[in-house]
Amino acid sequence: MIEVHELTKTYGDLVAVNRVSFKIDRGEIVGLLGPNGAGKTTTIRVLTTFLAPTAGRLTVAGHDVEKDPLEVRRKLGYLPESAPLYEDMRVRDYLRFVADARRVPRTARHARISYVADHCGLRGVMGRPISELSKGYRQRVGLAQALVHDPEIVVLDEPTSGLDPNQIVEIRNLIRDIGRQKTVILSTHILQEVAALCSRIIVIHRGKIVADGSQAGLREQADKESVFFIAVEAEPAEVAARLGAVQGVKAVEKADGEALPGFHRFRLLADKSADIAPRLHQCVTGNKWRMSELSKLSVTLEDVFRKLTRDE
Amino acid sequence: MRNMMVIARREFMAYFNSPIAYVFMVVFLLLSSLNFVLAEHFFLVNQATMRPFFESLPWIFIVLVPAVAMRLWSEEKKSGTLELLLTLPMRHVEIMIGKFLAAWAFVALTVLLTLPMVFFVSMMGELDWGPVIGGYVAAILMGGAYLAIGMFVSALTKNQILSYVGAAVVCLCFVVMGQGNVLHSMNDMLPQAVHVFTSASFVPHFENISRGVIDTKDLVHFASVILLFLGLNYLVLDTRRHA
Repeated sequence: MIEVHELTKTYGDLVAVNRVSFKIDRGEIVGLLGPNGAGKTTTIRVLTTFLAPTAGRLTVAGHDVEKDPLEVRRKLGYLPESAPLYEDMRVRDYLRFVADARRVPRTARHARISYVADHCGLRGVMGRPISELSKGYRQRVGLAQALVHDPEIVVLDEPTSGLDPNQIVEIRNLIRDIGRQKTVILSTHILQEVAALCSRIIVIHRGKIVADGSQAGLREQADKESVFFIAVEAEPAEVAARLGAVQGVKAVEKADGEALPGFHRFRLLADKSADIAPRLHQCVTGNKWRMSELSKLSVTLEDVFRKLTRDE
Repeated sequence: MRNMMVIARREFMAYFNSPIAYVFMVVFLLLSSLNFVLAEHFFLVNQATMRPFFESLPWIFIVLVPAVAMRLWSEEKKSGTLELLLTLPMRHVEIMIGKFLAAWAFVALTVLLTLPMVFFVSMMGELDWGPVIGGYVAAILMGGAYLAIGMFVSALTKNQILSYVGAAVVCLCFVVMGQGNVLHSMNDMLPQAVHVFTSASFVPHFENISRGVIDTKDLVHFASVILLFLGLNYLVLDTRRHA
């Protein structure tokens, strides 16, 4: 459905997107995840033909964004960041305008607008000027205009930014609903968002793709190592040396955190094998140390994200 | 064509969705009728003529037409709606011309609101209708030229004030270029430029048409100013994508 091949986009000296490639199949809900300024919006803007790529080839439903932009725009429904809308218009007039501009046949227009109005919960505000709507309603109007022509692909840039928690839940439910019938690409810097919505996550950092896969796949990828915390009562240098010698332990470092007086806390990086904990325990008892903590850190999606997008 | 009309209709309505339209129309009518009252000879000459009105138009337009044009792109850039507009399945030329036509229709409508003044004047005596019709044609054409300039400047900035001032300055240049004293001093410094100045300025062409003499040369002048600035405008839109 969407193919991005070696996309590069520069603004003067700044490389916003650097040789990014990915493919998205029909029916996927894909999240572009990355910190602010990672290149998500730029990628989306090139994909929607708002910006021209500096290099690379992009196709949407087989149409090249540079050679056949009109066809690409026809296939897409697009909600840009912060849902820019014509403030002076009433919701109904605005949706009519978009429907006409997107060539919804006159005979179908009324039905399509009613459909998206119901779907996006706009029934009660159709006659209100957009300037009087709350942020949550604006976002819904933005979604409605992206859906009014029944596009195959829906592109949403930061669809929940600036909303309160209740509005976020509502908009997410809406997006999940849209995803049942359409291919959806959404960008976000909020991890919970992709975790809640997307079947696939593409992590972008400093203009490059640093990970691409399902949630489980990403966890798996980052889970090659496991992290243990251990606190024992002994000379720190000796503990570090002994624990470091345990088979499977790759690194030992002093860790922060609460420990009983006389106890020292360490962070261990170990191979991902099942019997590290018993071996650590063995080492502790062999040395007759008193131990106050032995715990394994479970890897969350957040750890994965932070690891992938850390600036070092 | 259909695309153009969809855009034009929205733009045109947008003027009336805000107080700008009404303020603009009232100010225009006040300024232009004030001219009758202030024109020293109007009542003395005791002649039914619309000349004072038409003569003041190039100046009134400098102040007012940039106000119509300033929002055309600047507002969309500022609010971000440009992104939705330019990703509609239309060619950008169609969008640009649609916007231009809407603003032009608005200026034309405002100019035509002065028609009651014509009937008032015609009651005072024998009115020569040729210059009146020519005057209106010329006013609308010249309004288009001002607008094309204003819209081009508007494409350069998201700041509407800057857009207004920039457009007014460029329009002022086009008017002043044709003034007698400017041409005189030009004649001393750079005689070759005098001809260029006279033919580029709005005023001589406007006066020709509003005398009731509709010459292709004058029509071509306004048409080429409009096309030139729309062309530049398109280039600005296009280079934005590659920025």
